[in-house]
Amino acid sequence: MSNPATTDKPAGAQAAGAHNELVTVRVAGELLGVPIGRVHDVFVPNSLTSVPLAPGEIVGLLNLRGRVVTALSLRRLLGVGSAPAGSTQTALGIEHVGESDGLLVDSVGEVMKLDPEQRQPNPTHMDRRWAALSRGVYRLDGELLIELDVDAALAREPSRQAA
Amino acid sequence: MDDLLREFLTESSEHLETIDIELVRFEQDPNNETILRNIFRLVHTIKGTCGFLGLPRLEALAHAAETLMGKFRDGMPVTTGAVTLILATLDRVKEILGELERTAAEPEGVDGDLIGELERMALGPPEPAPAAPPPSPKPVAGEMVLQILERPLKPGEVSLDDLERAFRETAVEEIAPLPAPVAPPPPAAAAMPEAEPAPKPAPARPAPRAEPKPERPEGGEGDGVSKVQTIRVNVDTLEHLMTMVSELVLTRNQLLEIARREDDSAYKVPLQRLSHVTAELQEGVMKTRMQPIGTAWQKLPRVIRDLSSELNKKIELVMQGAETELDRQVLEVIKDPLTHMIRNSADHGIETGPERKAAGKPERGTIRLNAYHEGGTITIEISDDGRGLDFGAIRRKATERGLASEAEVERMSEAQVAKFIFHPGFSTAKAVTAVSGRGVGMDVVKTNIELIGGTIEIRSEPGRGTTFTIKIPLTLAIVAALIVSARDQRFAIPQVAVLELVRVKPGSDHSIERINGTPVLRLRDRLLPIVPISKVLGLPGAEAEAGDEGFVVVSQVGRQRFGILVDGVFHTEEIVVKPMSSKLRHIQLFSGNTILGDGAVVLIIDPNGVAKMVGSGTGENGFGADEAVEPGPAEHDETVTLLVFRGGGQSHKAVPLSLVTRLEEVDAAKIEWVGGRPLIQYRGRLMPLVPAGPEVAIRREGSQALVVFSDGDRSMGLVVDEIVDIVDDRLDIELAADRSDLVGSAVIRGRATEIVNIAHYLPLAHDDWSSGGPVKAVGASRTVLLVDDSAFFRDMLTPVLKAAGYRVVTAGSADEAMGVLGSGLRVDILVTDVEMPGRDGFQLVEAVRAGGRHAGLPVVALAAGVTPELVERARRLQIGDFVAKFDRAGLVQSLNDLDVPQEIAA
Repeated sequence: MSNPATTDKPAGAQAAGAHNELVTVRVAGELLGVPIGRVHDVFVPNSLTSVPLAPGEIVGLLNLRGRVVTALSLRRLLGVGSAPAGSTQTALGIEHVGESDGLLVDSVGEVMKLDPEQRQPNPTHMDRRWAALSRGVYRLDGELLIELDVDAALAREPSRQAA
Repeated sequence: MDDLLREFLTESSEHLETIDIELVRFEQDPNNETILRNIFRLVHTIKGTCGFLGLPRLEALAHAAETLMGKFRDGMPVTTGAVTLILATLDRVKEILGELERTAAEPEGVDGDLIGELERMALGPPEPAPAAPPPSPKPVAGEMVLQILERPLKPGEVSLDDLERAFRETAVEEIAPLPAPVAPPPPAAAAMPEAEPAPKPAPARPAPRAEPKPERPEGGEGDGVSKVQTIRVNVDTLEHLMTMVSELVLTRNQLLEIARREDDSAYKVPLQRLSHVTAELQEGVMKTRMQPIGTAWQKLPRVIRDLSSELNKKIELVMQGAETELDRQVLEVIKDPLTHMIRNSADHGIETGPERKAAGKPERGTIRLNAYHEGGTITIEISDDGRGLDFGAIRRKATERGLASEAEVERMSEAQVAKFIFHPGFSTAKAVTAVSGRGVGMDVVKTNIELIGGTIEIRSEPGRGTTFTIKIPLTLAIVAALIVSARDQRFAIPQVAVLELVRVKPGSDHSIERINGTPVLRLRDRLLPIVPISKVLGLPGAEAEAGDEGFVVVSQVGRQRFGILVDGVFHTEEIVVKPMSSKLRHIQLFSGNTILGDGAVVLIIDPNGVAKMVGSGTGENGFGADEAVEPGPAEHDETVTLLVFRGGGQSHKAVPLSLVTRLEEVDAAKIEWVGGRPLIQYRGRLMPLVPAGPEVAIRREGSQALVVFSDGDRSMGLVVDEIVDIVDDRLDIELAADRSDLVGSAVIRGRATEIVNIAHYLPLAHDDWSSGGPVKAVGASRTVLLVDDSAFFRDMLTPVLKAAGYRVVTAGSADEAMGVLGSGLRVDILVTDVEMPGRDGFQLVEAVRAGGRHAGLPVVALAAGVTPELVERARRLQIGDFVAKFDRAGLVQSLNDLDVPQEIAA
């Protein structure tokens, strides 16, 4: 599991999976991993401005050091319902097509280095909504980790169905 | 691309733009040495730099141009041809620069054509002597002499670049002795072949430069375009700076907030200072985004100059307010529309010299460009003193293209008609020129301007010119906004869209009422549609609580006016507009978002979106309430469309619009008098004019309003004082038996109005009109059988029907009528009085319907009064229409409606 990340490899076309460092997050009890290169910030969102008429997964807009960030709920993207009342969510700040997005998760864990070789394809019976956002599954000690496809999650297309 | 080259490119293109402008000025004012010196210096700089960077093609071009200009300086007359040639050279230079920018290398190519021309022109007429020694192969030699000769004459105008270069070049080469003698041609020519052109012009320079050096300060200052203290900064850097400042402002606000709560005074003073500095910093950074509008105008003098020669018109471009500043983003967007409009003005607006002379205007046309600040917006006016919009042509074109019906178009005001030119593909130009007339453009202009929240208006006076007024917001990035609340959420509404604020409360002066569930507000006797913002936004609780209390933000989008109902209004704030995330851009109601002083993100409501959203929900005219759109004239046959005018006295007169062919406004000077009768040339024919009353004087100057009536190929113009209106109204005519020029009088729009009897005027225009002469156009001849027991009525109606284009056969009784019908004479329509002694009108119709070849004859019945019984009987007999007996106009109209239209208005 401790596969030394070879940093000298260029971040080329295939590089996304070359040295897989994932930030682990938890959503509705499930463990997911987000490529660390995509995560700019980890912050606790406050004073969200909700956007009327917006697609369901868009929780609102927030001010992150002078930038307006669009906050999306990973729970709603995955269709696992809203976070229980009173719980605090954490946001991963991600740049996507030149815009700042914030992906809300239940909690953020550690950074794991994983060998892309060990990534396994999505099980065929995986929920379609999950499968659409997953790049594959890692088997950890006693747990499974799903690698999140950030671009798919932040793309505009699936927004309607998830609403 | 190395930095040096990039720097050179930016600098050169700026120089070239200046040269463009200056050259055009110079052409108009060939004796102005300052301008010439300026141009010379700029070209020279370009040439020098090219040499330094090793760009031989560019250098050769610049050099040849410089040579020719040197000749001007020596007193060679400035000709248009020469200037055109130089401009062409500059264009070539620009091309090469463009290529250079793309590929970082000078493109292959030969410029022998231009250079040859330039040289020929330079060597041309005046000096036969120097022309001989330096023949074509060694062009450089020729000018060398000139430059050397000139140099002592003008010591003051050396630019920093020149000095610098001179400095560099002297360091490299040591050909100092060259300057003085007039002899150099041969040596220079000899030196040329091996040494590349670059150093060539240079050596001449160093020595003389040495002296002027100390004088530079004054020299530089005296020069109009001396170096301003500027540096070039990448736009991205500025944008970034802007963002950082915004952030700083927010942090400051938070600090202030904390300081307010904690009474620790130790922070107070430094915090206050921080606050001031931040404010100033913010202002300063904002300023960096501002650019004078003149930068967008730079190309225009050249454009006009080229157009003038292309179109063979003399045009002067006057620019005012070039220093007016606006956001560079806005500037980018309006640049092209402005150029396009200027071209349009030059092409369509300004007439040719002879035309202008004939119209009594100065031969040289003027296009005026004016910019100024006005409130939070910038107004740009583009006006020309040309021929003005041809409203007639636009109307025709609009009808042709099916944008509106002829009747609609006639009813429109000029301002409304003018708007047609913004329709895609709309052009009234008779010929498509290279310049314009293709009908592309004005719609794009409008779209571009509206894109940045601007508006455009047209004012035009035939023969006097056209003015376009563009209003655009000062900046896109920062706008004043009204912060409002709806269901505890705050929103910003751009202040430009806000006309006023009205507090509404049930039971107060201003309260929201409902028409069929739709909320409206009565404001100064107008009904304002109300959009409850929380409802259109679908905010929670909006449905349940139909709160009619709060504030109405009265907004205007285009010509639509409506009110946005909000719960609360806080204050106005200058906000920095940030674009919506691409995930949210599909929501029309928001134009962006912003961060307020307290750090909260707030959505900016787009009034256009509000208008659209609600408009689409309630059908096309959901918002038309304020535009006074007339309900379609389709309610009842009773209403008649009337043209109301004044003609003699103060009373209004009216005539059914269906009889009117056209309304015209003619130049009174064009009215001719033949044998004491007024005539005017109208559509290639002479049309007699008849005053609408004895008191109406035909004007001798200014414009004269005419109502044109046509019958077949004949027309007459009724001279009126003024066209008042076109109205749809019921027509209850009271007969005026004593006046043949009137049918009677009626109350139209609450005002007593005389209904004019056109039949009275037609004979005045054409003697034979009423006598049923050879009037009829072939297809228009339909025969009416008029049955009435009263000879008076027969006589009264016959001319009216004839005037309307019908052949008339009369009968004094039902029996007589049956006789006519049985005689084999062709009858197309039966018009009969209902009440007649003996067999009445109904019995007559019954007899007709009973059989025979006239069984299906259309019938119009005349009755003194209409009762339900009569109507029922008429319906059973398929009588087409009932007309009041004295309503002559009504009868004609009824006949027109009855059958194939008679094309009165052919």
